Amino acid sequence: MAYVAVKGGERAIDAAHAWLAAARRGDGTVPSMQTAQIREQLGRAVDRVMAEGSLYDPDLAALAIKQAQGDLIEAGFLLRAFRTTLPRFAAALPVDTAAMRLARRISAIFKDLPGGQVLGPTYDYTHRLLDFSLLEDRPAADAPEAGAHPGPAPRIPDILGQEGLLEADIRSDAEPFDITRAPLAFPAGRDARLQGLARGDEGFLLGLGYSTQRGYGNNHPFVGELRVGEVDVEIVPAELGFAVCIGTVTLTECQMVNQFAGSKTEPAQFTRGYGLAFGHAERRAMAMALVDRALRAEELGEALTAPAQDPQFVLATCDNIEATGFVEHLKLPHYVDFQSELETVRRLRATAGSAPGAGPPPGAVPPDEPP
Amino acid sequence: MKGYNFAYLDEQTKRMLRRALLKAVAIPGHQIPFAAREMPLPYGWGTGGIQVTAAVLGRCDTLKVIDQGADDTTNAVSIRRFFARTAGVATTTRTAHATIIQTRHRIPETALTEAQIIVYQVPQPEPLYRLEPSRTETRRMHALSEYGAMHVRLYEQVARYGQIAISYDYPVMVNGRHLMAPSPIPAFDNPKMHRMPALQLFGAGREKRIYAVPPYTDVASLDFEDYPFRAGRAPHACALCGAQASYLDEVVTDDRGGRMFVCSDTDYCASRREQAP
Amino acid sequence: MSEPLLSACGLAVRFGSITALDSVGAALWPGEVLAVVGESGSGKTTLLKVLSGRVRPEAGHVWYRAPDGERTDVHAMPLPMLRRLHRSDWGFVEQDPRQALRMDVSAGGNVGERLMAAGARHYGHIRDEAARWLAEVEIDVARIDDKPATFSGGMLQRLQIARTLVTQPRLVFMDEPTGGLDVSVQARLLDLIRTLVRRLGIAVVLVTHDLAVARLLAARIMVMQRGQVVEDGLTDQVLDDPRHPYTQLLVSSVLAA
Repeated sequence: MAYVAVKGGERAIDAAHAWLAAARRGDGTVPSMQTAQIREQLGRAVDRVMAEGSLYDPDLAALAIKQAQGDLIEAGFLLRAFRTTLPRFAAALPVDTAAMRLARRISAIFKDLPGGQVLGPTYDYTHRLLDFSLLEDRPAADAPEAGAHPGPAPRIPDILGQEGLLEADIRSDAEPFDITRAPLAFPAGRDARLQGLARGDEGFLLGLGYSTQRGYGNNHPFVGELRVGEVDVEIVPAELGFAVCIGTVTLTECQMVNQFAGSKTEPAQFTRGYGLAFGHAERRAMAMALVDRALRAEELGEALTAPAQDPQFVLATCDNIEATGFVEHLKLPHYVDFQSELETVRRLRATAGSAPGAGPPPGAVPPDEPP
Repeated sequence: MKGYNFAYLDEQTKRMLRRALLKAVAIPGHQIPFAAREMPLPYGWGTGGIQVTAAVLGRCDTLKVIDQGADDTTNAVSIRRFFARTAGVATTTRTAHATIIQTRHRIPETALTEAQIIVYQVPQPEPLYRLEPSRTETRRMHALSEYGAMHVRLYEQVARYGQIAISYDYPVMVNGRHLMAPSPIPAFDNPKMHRMPALQLFGAGREKRIYAVPPYTDVASLDFEDYPFRAGRAPHACALCGAQASYLDEVVTDDRGGRMFVCSDTDYCASRREQAP
Repeated sequence: MSEPLLSACGLAVRFGSITALDSVGAALWPGEVLAVVGESGSGKTTLLKVLSGRVRPEAGHVWYRAPDGERTDVHAMPLPMLRRLHRSDWGFVEQDPRQALRMDVSAGGNVGERLMAAGARHYGHIRDEAARWLAEVEIDVARIDDKPATFSGGMLQRLQIARTLVTQPRLVFMDEPTGGLDVSVQARLLDLIRTLVRRLGIAVVLVTHDLAVARLLAARIMVMQRGQVVEDGLTDQVLDDPRHPYTQLLVSSVLAA
């Protein structure tokens, strides 16, 4: 390999990587963390990395978290870059969330409903007091047996839909858009929008969802249902011709029910925002459902006034792997462009001195921001 | 590299990229959407350029990578290493020896030839995005060649500053039809794009767009008849090689206003010094 | 003038169960001002949008006669051709000038845009032309580099008119151009529009709910009610001697006011 050695940069990069590895390990007298510990004890972090990395693999997500020193966006990036190299041997059938083995299931719109309210493992109603007993390595108290998993419970559209009060699910066997295999174009269909939201940055989705509650694109949402549990993933191998289960995944699904005044062609009814996330991720699923509903404003003939209603704004901005890359690329050298700006500003100042009135007014901003 | 295909990307992906590149060459300056893959380098750090390079790179190629005109900047080193590792191709810092040059923010001073391809890393492929944020609308503006708004921007600058004040990423008309962002090269480099013998390819990974300027294509920087385009550079000679017409970096030498100006193109500067008596 | 510049027949538009236009026809000759009057919901704004190619009718045709005498169907035109017409031979004056102006671009840039879109590439000429048109619409030329945000409502409307007329269009559509302005400002603007339109020989389709505006500017008038033309003719004749009960009601309500 005719590799021509160059000065400086190369040695600096190698040294930086070695330093990073040492910093990652930290104090060598503290035991090294096993990825199994991360998978089992930092489950919510693992779930977030799987969602934003758009790959369901708790072990690899735990590895990514360890490798990234707990920087979850960096970990998501590691998982995505790995995901993109994987061959695709099959497409799963749509998962049936009605058949979910529930760990948690609540509805805010009915006091009781078929299948019941299941509180499950939730931080809701915990008092946010630091638990100093966790400083010691004591075994956790035994969880009361919930009588295994409660049986399958109908989903809220199955309940409200019967009266026609809630917009119907539109069944389609059309091949969905795939944002990882085709470039997103605007206007984007709901399939593409939901995919973008499903792996969007949780903080960004939360902020956008919150903005709709604060009057930037009004939503009037109710949590129709929030459910967390395991579902089977099935594929139909070509050589078999029937579905086989290849494993289970934990999902969080949120059905947000919203008022809709009706239009000339549609009577008044409730509409839905939908959220679905890998793992146990209630905040993400709820925020996603709020934003999904906001993005349907045009379809439902509502006034477009807020950022959360603008598909291009939301989808082109919500991906934190893209966002972090572009924000952080500002660290790269820009001295050629800055030099050209320097020369321009010097020229403008020289002209301003000689030709009164032609120069920039006081406090004028430079013509362009850095690329 | 073990476990990965030649030049990292799988052949299906490269085929998809080459199809996009062929379309791009067929319609000079027109942005072709492509399904950019996640790369093991961050978006905004050259993922578009890397994918384009991977798609056109062959085993016999010699690759040069520059950032800010220099071969030794960290990002250039990192990308060159990436291809040395994943493709095992020969690399060089010599412009004349390279068959493919991937660049960020510069065009080499040494004139390129028909035997070469230059691949630009592009952060923002849409030249109209400051005027019109909606891509649905900018697509229509390109389709109908409605570029009056871009000239309004130039008009505003002349009205305000007495001159056009765009320093880099200076918009160009390609083949008299498409308005194109030349990537953030300094305006100084724009004239080099006009009827360049080398094939010019542009990759924007995050924005998922590819475009191209085929060899010997007209590339005109926007201007007014009475305020013609000017390619600016620092009015100095290179302190190392004495070049009078190359693009210069300004190096701060002390905190009392000391400055030194040196060629931004490190290969050009080194070659001149070697040849000097 | 034997051939109309713009003609339409059998135009129909429905929004759900509401009939916005019901077999409406119209004709406009070069240099003529035609007023379309009626109350809100009468279909007059829809008619303007259909005539200018912005809304496609469910039935009927709109014909435009180009300077070379060629007659083209406005709604069968390819989009690039229609957009080119709107940038050159045609103009559209919105009720709210903020919809048409670029509020972050100087007055000169706003007026110059249509010239640049038409291919003008000489800064000095563009600027001179912009200055001339600012003077035409009675805006102080010293304000050529000011942004419209600093302009009053009347000035904004005059700026929009300058921006529209700078390419010397043959046909201008106006949607309530004096709506939302104070009475004294309205009077000055009407005077300006009348002078410019007469001097330049521009044909205008003017939509207004204000009969006084129609009487001042238009030679001919069309009265619309529930999507239909109930009466048309010379403005003075129609307004002085209305035949249709609805026109009589409109005229009497103005007198009563």
